[in-house]
Amino acid sequence: MAADNEPTSRPNNEVQPPFVHTASAPKPGTVAEALGRRDFKVWRGNALGGGYKDYTAEISAGMVVLDAVHQIQATQAGDLACRWNCKAGKCGSCSAEINGKPRLMCMTRMETLPEGTVTIQPMKAFKPIKDLVTDVSWNYEVKKKIAPFKPKAPEADGTWRMQQFEVERVQEFRKCIECFLCQDTCHVLRDHGKHEVFAGPRFFVHAAQLEMHPLDTVNREPFLKHDGGIGFCNITKCCTEVCPEHIKITDNAIIPLKERVADTYYDPLVRLWRWAFKKGEQPVEPKA
Amino acid sequence: MALDIQTIEHDVLVIGAGGAGLRGAIEASNAGISVGLVCKSLLGKAHTVMAEGGVAAALANVDDRDSWKVHFADTMRGGQYVNNWRMAEHHAKEAPDRVRELEKWGAVFDRTKEGKILQRNFGGHRYPRLAHVGDRTGLEIIRTLQDKSVHEREIKVYMECTIVRLFKDGERVTGALGYFRERGRFVLFKAKSIVMATGGLGKAYAITSNSWEYTGDGYSLAYHAGADLIDMEFVQFHPTGMVWPPSVRGILVTEGVRGEGGVLRNKDGKRFMFDDIPENYRNQTAKNEEEGWRYTQGDKNAMRPPELLTRDHVARCINREVKAGRGSPHGGVFLDIAWIKERIPNAEKYIQKKLPSMYHQFKELGGIDITKERMEVGPTTHYTMGGIKVDGDSQMTTVPGLFAAGEAAGGLHGANRLGGNSLSDLLVFGKRAGENAAKFAQENKAGAVAEADIESAAQWSLSFMDSPKGDENPYKVQQDLQVMMQDLVGIVRREDEMVKALAGLKTLWERAKKVQSQGNREYNPGWHTCMDLTNLLTVSEAVTMSGIRRKESRGAQFRDDFPEKSDTYAKMNMVIRKAKDGSMELIEQPTKELPPELKQVIEEMAK
Ligand SMILES: Cc1cc2nc3c(=O)[nH]c(=O)nc-3n(C[C@H](O)[C@H](O)[C@H](O)COP(=O)(O)OP(=O)(O)OC[C@H]3O[C@@H](n4cnc5c(N)ncnc54)[C@H](O)[C@@H]3O)c2cc1C
Ligand code: SF4
Ligand code: SF4
Ligand code: FES
Repeated sequence: MAADNEPTSRPNNEVQPPFVHTASAPKPGTVAEALGRRDFKVWRGNALGGGYKDYTAEISAGMVVLDAVHQIQATQAGDLACRWNCKAGKCGSCSAEINGKPRLMCMTRMETLPEGTVTIQPMKAFKPIKDLVTDVSWNYEVKKKIAPFKPKAPEADGTWRMQQFEVERVQEFRKCIECFLCQDTCHVLRDHGKHEVFAGPRFFVHAAQLEMHPLDTVNREPFLKHDGGIGFCNITKCCTEVCPEHIKITDNAIIPLKERVADTYYDPLVRLWRWAFKKGEQPVEPKA
Repeated sequence: MALDIQTIEHDVLVIGAGGAGLRGAIEASNAGISVGLVCKSLLGKAHTVMAEGGVAAALANVDDRDSWKVHFADTMRGGQYVNNWRMAEHHAKEAPDRVRELEKWGAVFDRTKEGKILQRNFGGHRYPRLAHVGDRTGLEIIRTLQDKSVHEREIKVYMECTIVRLFKDGERVTGALGYFRERGRFVLFKAKSIVMATGGLGKAYAITSNSWEYTGDGYSLAYHAGADLIDMEFVQFHPTGMVWPPSVRGILVTEGVRGEGGVLRNKDGKRFMFDDIPENYRNQTAKNEEEGWRYTQGDKNAMRPPELLTRDHVARCINREVKAGRGSPHGGVFLDIAWIKERIPNAEKYIQKKLPSMYHQFKELGGIDITKERMEVGPTTHYTMGGIKVDGDSQMTTVPGLFAAGEAAGGLHGANRLGGNSLSDLLVFGKRAGENAAKFAQENKAGAVAEADIESAAQWSLSFMDSPKGDENPYKVQQDLQVMMQDLVGIVRREDEMVKALAGLKTLWERAKKVQSQGNREYNPGWHTCMDLTNLLTVSEAVTMSGIRRKESRGAQFRDDFPEKSDTYAKMNMVIRKAKDGSMELIEQPTKELPPELKQVIEEMAK
């Protein structure tokens, strides 16, 4: 079978002489103004360690940092590792730290960076895999711990009714592209490494989206209080500042969730009311 | 064995974790059997996340005249009747349930006043049909499916793992070899059935809305495993990609802009789309600007503006304006949504709310405020209508045990896909493929994978690093291929140019054998590109050969030398198959006759 399956090609067109296509000259108006070469320091290495290497790239008007990284990859460092997919701020793959700030490489225009060398390093809150690629698998594990959506019974026709104003609140949270820049920037993870006991802003946004979903019936307050460790957040709002989707993480997700948790756990009346009228599950008492 | 290869067994292996793969995996896991789900990127980053405008389904929430029949007829008309009509029928009938199901799983679509799922206008759809969430519908869909799948116990996800070869036992597919990007380690997946949900091939072109993932892997893997490909010439050029600055050239501007009232103008300010309205759409198109505007505002008696004609046609009109010197400064035309402020109060707010990601995309990448200024747009390689040939009921390919769904599968869209019909395709056929792959896995015992096959595939992968036959730069070869395909097998095609392209491919095949990767196996994109080249070249050859053979203009294929439709090719599918001697062969296969009841639906809807 091996030979049969071998991905080689013997084109039918044996009669054709080999041909080399050369691109026609670029059409007028399609070449951007050249802005000269710029210097880059890119972190190269892996889990065992690494350091900055120097590169330069030819910059033209409109270029983003990811373009420069690709240029370096194609011309100077073929094995330079970085993640990307959409190149338009929609997939959340290309997160890195540019001049020390957590950002999407595809949405950071070169012209917006101050003159001088541009430094690019991987996200600090996660273990490096190689170069600009970090091990973000922990985030996927956290999500598994958050109880999934469970809707209330539908209307007689089997579907649900929701008003636009009701859904807008959760739509804000559902804009999240899972870039994990908020996780990267939050000091609880970044400086204190509390990955074991703190879910991080991304997952408070996720929990908020579920908790405030007009149709949802599950209570995630016990999770937020215990495994999620929402109490560790001291509302510095750094996460909100870096969110490329401009989600008001702290004001709209974390603070309301903190209030709910506080109400439930410290106000017996609220707790009873919630238990009786709103959501089925009674929160588990915190263990002593 | 000399090579250290991990073996993992599943009942069903799903390759690809976009909408089609995720939906397929969820369905297969419902059968209570083990499912492996493999993807090249992280979970949730597949192309599906980038889809903007919406998912087409005849829910009839906004216009109660809509029904599966109208959707079916629209899809067939858009595809110019070379579609697999069985798929088009299933698609139109099942899409509404698949969309409602997403709501059950937590998706939050925009709402109508009655609180139902809101639907918007899109090109080629007779009634407002696209369920949407602003202009980030794909994100909503992939996240909903992702969040559902991670809580299914039977599904095991393998992220950043690329499949490089399929294996067979006799005729039947039995396994696949992949490598994990992180360390470059190989993994052998053994499975009773496999679903290809690998998406498209946009990276064969220089100007594209597609990411690095779209190197045509699924088509190429299936082809080399003996599966038929169908109608590969039909590559969709979306009419509106960004053109400026060059670094963002090709990035998509959703059709939703036109659905919300955006209009196309040339440099003289003329709405050139009114100049050329195809005969078969004449009675469905607005007579004047006023009527077109009323249509976008929900007037049921108005016909759609010509900007919302099918993508193939709009792309060609734009191309024509540019070539005639009536384009915008950077080689495109103008797309104007800001003008609606003449018609509605609070237009700026409205635009930001309805098209938030377009607003940001232009603001941040192009330095343009679309609520005030015109955008510049031009065609971009977007979607592959052709694909792995499947059975319209089971989604099985011509290789037993191998299934395909989503953009990887061919047939549903015929010669041209309507916007929004892809997201619904993923859901409908992802489910069907998952269901049938599970059934196949339950009915068949595991097959064998020959050691020699595994060994040879792994050796081939490593050869680019360990024993390169030259020092070609893989990135350079890829770029040269992209430029050639763009120039010679692009929107407007000619026999002589495509024949040149075939010869050029031969040269590129030779160069691809001599590529060399720097560095080691750890997360090494250069090495990955070396391997991707084989897929890119295979699919480029398939597109070119099919393009040459279809001597007519139909849908996405426009031939300068055969500008008309031909009655012969109207009833032909181009089938690509790997011949015994390893060469690529093309078979003209007659399309299946429409059954009378579907013919009747089409006739009724044409009135
Ligand atoms: C910018 C943009 C906007 C769009 N907007 C719309 C829209 O509004 N409406 C609409 O209906 N359609 C739209 N489309 C089209 C639609 O999004 C895609 O056709 C669709 O998402 C494809 O889904 P899929 O599940 O088939 O594949 P994808 O979502 O592309 O997923 C492919 C998967 O296969 C994996 N894969 C590929 N090769 C391999 C391999 N060798 N080994 C392992 N894994 C592999 C990838 O990693 C990925 O997970 C848009 C497309 C783009 C690019
Ligand atoms: S507001 Fe809370 S979650 Fe956000 S960065 Fe500060 S501490 Fe972290
Ligand atoms: S909340 Fe914002 S910053 Fe955090 S992961 Fe989501 S998009 Fe990124
Ligand atoms: S590449 Fe998708 S967000 Fe940057």
